Amino acid sequence: MTLDKIKERIEQAIPTTHVQILDLGGGDHIRAIVVSPAFVGKSLIQQHKMILDLFRKEIDSNDVHALTVKTLTPEQFDNL
Amino acid sequence: MADYKSLIQEQIKSRPVFVYMKGTPNMPMCGFSARVVEVLKMAGADFAHFNIMDDMSLFEELKTMNQWPTSPQIFVKGEFVGGCDIVCELFETGELQKMLA
Repeated sequence: MTLDKIKERIEQAIPTTHVQILDLGGGDHIRAIVVSPAFVGKSLIQQHKMILDLFRKEIDSNDVHALTVKTLTPEQFDNL
Repeated sequence: MADYKSLIQEQIKSRPVFVYMKGTPNMPMCGFSARVVEVLKMAGADFAHFNIMDDMSLFEELKTMNQWPTSPQIFVKGEFVGGCDIVCELFETGELQKMLA
């Protein structure tokens, strides 16, 4: 799965103000940094689940072996 | 079929922290499992583990139960808290230490 495809899927599924996808090696170790107002008021588990659920098929088939996620609300992002 | 639900309930309540991981704390078989063990040790957590490679059916049950597709999976005081990213983040913010206190 290409980094662009991953980015596209996230952007189509939830409203985002910033999405960055990094290849940590081998094309199947991916880091996704997602900033979205949809995360406001949600727990970390819920936030991560929103992203992981989009790639359930690829994770199950090991097409994406490792997906590390960093979620931020726009406010958290601005305060970085 | 083994009663995985009861087994999991027992395991997660057996210690303050319970980790479902690939491999063991002394010999983790995946970078994320290794990192979680490292973080738990730094946090001084009293934890036990289950090597999911010993019983992949249990892991399948766990995935369904938590609606969480990956390992490791970490429970604090019987509650599912998430995977490696979340535990590391909770440690960095000091939240994990508070949960363990």
